[in-house]
Amino acid sequence: MSTNNTTTDNTTTAVNHDHRDDAGRKMGMWLFLFTELLLFGGLFLVYSIYRFMNPADFSNGSHHLDVFMGALNTMVLITSSLTVALSITAIQKGNSKLALRLLALTILLAIFFLVNKYFEWGHKIHYDLYPGTALFKALPPGEGLFYVLYYFMTGLHMIHVIVGAVILAVMGKYIREGSINSSNYVLLENGGLYWHLVDLIWIFLFPLLYLIH
Amino acid sequence: MVEQKPHIVEYLTNIYVWIALATLTIITIWVSEFDLKLLTVTVALGVASIKATLVLMYFMHLRFDSKILTIMVLVTMIVFLSLIVFTFFDYSYRS
Amino acid sequence: MTNTQKHTDFYDNEGKPAWKAWLTTTDHKRIGLLYFYSLTVFFLVGVLLGLMMRFELISPGKDLVEAQTYNGLFTLHGVIMIFLFVIPGIPAVFGNLTLPLLLGARDVAFPKLNLLSWYLYIGGAILALSTLLVGDGPPDTGWTFYAPYSVKTGTNVSMAVLSAFILGFSSILTGLNFLTTIHRMRCPGMTWFRMPLFAWALYATSWIQLLATPVVGITLLMIVVERWLGIGLFDPVLGGDPVLYQHLFWIYSHPAVYIMILPGMGVISEIIPTFSRRRIFGYKAIAYASLAIAFIGYFVWGHHMFTAGMSGPARIIFSVLTFLVAIPSAIKVFNWLATMYNGSIDLKPPMLYALGFIFLFLIGGLSGLVVGALATDVHLHDTYFVVGHFHYVMFGGTGFAFFAALHYWFPKIFGRMYNIKHATRAFWLLFTGFNVLYFPMLVLGIMGMPRRYYDYLPQFQIPNVISTVGSWITVAGLIYMIVVIVKGIRNGEKAAANPWNGLTLDWQTDSPPTKENFDVIPTVTERPYEYK
Repeated sequence: MSTNNTTTDNTTTAVNHDHRDDAGRKMGMWLFLFTELLLFGGLFLVYSIYRFMNPADFSNGSHHLDVFMGALNTMVLITSSLTVALSITAIQKGNSKLALRLLALTILLAIFFLVNKYFEWGHKIHYDLYPGTALFKALPPGEGLFYVLYYFMTGLHMIHVIVGAVILAVMGKYIREGSINSSNYVLLENGGLYWHLVDLIWIFLFPLLYLIH
Repeated sequence: MVEQKPHIVEYLTNIYVWIALATLTIITIWVSEFDLKLLTVTVALGVASIKATLVLMYFMHLRFDSKILTIMVLVTMIVFLSLIVFTFFDYSYRS
Repeated sequence: MTNTQKHTDFYDNEGKPAWKAWLTTTDHKRIGLLYFYSLTVFFLVGVLLGLMMRFELISPGKDLVEAQTYNGLFTLHGVIMIFLFVIPGIPAVFGNLTLPLLLGARDVAFPKLNLLSWYLYIGGAILALSTLLVGDGPPDTGWTFYAPYSVKTGTNVSMAVLSAFILGFSSILTGLNFLTTIHRMRCPGMTWFRMPLFAWALYATSWIQLLATPVVGITLLMIVVERWLGIGLFDPVLGGDPVLYQHLFWIYSHPAVYIMILPGMGVISEIIPTFSRRRIFGYKAIAYASLAIAFIGYFVWGHHMFTAGMSGPARIIFSVLTFLVAIPSAIKVFNWLATMYNGSIDLKPPMLYALGFIFLFLIGGLSGLVVGALATDVHLHDTYFVVGHFHYVMFGGTGFAFFAALHYWFPKIFGRMYNIKHATRAFWLLFTGFNVLYFPMLVLGIMGMPRRYYDYLPQFQIPNVISTVGSWITVAGLIYMIVVIVKGIRNGEKAAANPWNGLTLDWQTDSPPTKENFDVIPTVTERPYEYK
């Protein structure tokens, strides 16, 4: 391979190689999201196999979930995805104040989602519907698997909601400090990507757990 | 490496997407009231896939970013779906 | 290169205390060396455990350890060698050391993340080793943690499984970093098809790290949750399906085999043209073969489960795909051989290790086809044939490629040269020991000796004794090699910037490189390996 790194005429810009690579940082974030997708993907695979093996039990289990609660949370997450997207538009247009407000709204929606989830889980736990109880042990094995997967999948998703909210809060701090602004907002975009992923996973969890009877 | 100017997704575009997502959610809940037999899973997952595509393309800006990201997303999807299909090669033929 | 003041190499601590300069470094070369030294330590621990197993097997009955201790030995030998040495192995050490150099870049895309990967690696490693000291004894499940036994056993499985989870995360971050680096940081003029083949191999490997590791991550979490909460995800008593665990485990762990071997093939593709003074034969074929191996390699995991109760059609499909993946591997071997044809071959130690790789990988690969075929696998499954097969691939393949890379880039990294004569002798000792150690295992497997027992029938004794003697020769070869390397690092002759007359960009900068790698970012105008 012939190179001209030793020729003297090449005295141009190469010294200043440490420029910001926004596209690279975004690509890094996307690659990370793929790993998240496959993390949940493993659970989706387990769900689909066990559903295939126990169709009736899974259908019974899904009948006992509260569609209204699930639907409400779906709307909440979709709306929070909107507010994050709007917040990015706002920062691109130079309106930091609006971006900050939209971000705060997103975090409020995240908290609302968690509270809702708390009541949903609390309701089941109140009726002893969790692994280890006598009621749970008396369930047909397939139904037990359904609830185990329900807790596992929504639980893991919940952790992601919490992490996402924390990330967005940090982004809010950066907007206030001005380090995220109309000429440098890739961090907010990446935080937004993470939040949309949380929404994406819920878009599939909702019909799989609540709707397919 | 010269980047093209970033594309700004307008406020209204985002809101239209949100309206579409909300409508699709209502549709999928409404449809689940009926017994569609074998089609139940297909319809539920089909609607979810349309919603996911909207989120990916507009909220996540895939439509406006470099094509390579879209290709990567597609590769990931293909790999994931193939994993499911290949595992079912085992379970579908268990006697 | 007139600016002399910039010419301190990357070993310069810039006034900081050495421990701080190293433990907080974001320089890819230093991180590569951190990996190198830590991997070496864990490799030696793994070797010691393997040596103890071989000693136990010198004669039937109890020789050195109890049965339960032996179960712990082979589990930890597997966990340490697979998760702490072979999987991170070449990408973490030589990928980090050379990828930015090969691409003409100053560092990887996310230097801080790179350091985080190393800390995760060390954290996971400490957790894995601590299963020896705390809790109810080291895990005894084998490195595969098969359910339902892994859910029931009282030994320290949870901790080992969590360590594998953390190590997986480290591996994912390295893959993510390399992918972004290759996409975004190639120097001007370096199109995809002007990229060195080691970079191609790392690219394919990184995709597997990224897309396969999360699956085993979630699977191992399920095992931990099942152990802690007593839920029945894989326990057949509670409605779970243990075969599904095997599916999930091998969905990662078979592609992981290609995480191990692909970078090794990349190293060989660098060494063969350099020491044959010939343009590489079939550059594009080798590059595409890397991608093909990565892709097809995803869909062959079922061949680990032929006797596990999988359905008939699934067995046939997985067997056919297994044969398919041999095609791109063979393409590479043929291309290397064609490169050497009519070349002026220089049998320096890196080339010897590369040729050793081809020879051993050939035996490993062909014995793989024997167990990839349905009928023969029923006879050979869980026998010593499998043990022999994967040691030929993992140790003879990846291990020898690791040593080849070490001897190849040694002058670049350390700025010195090891003693060529002694390095050559060490190679021959190691190569001989290797074959004496592992070839009898193939024979034992065909004779029917099962794996993972601390005892065996008297008729298996002669090959076992040969194998154990082989383990001593192998260890002698390893010690010899390490002595040569350490002496080389300490007081070898000063090496020139390009002692092997390589043409890739890593050889166009100083040995050892400066902190910034290149004074001026190079521009590439043609393919690598254009030896005239």
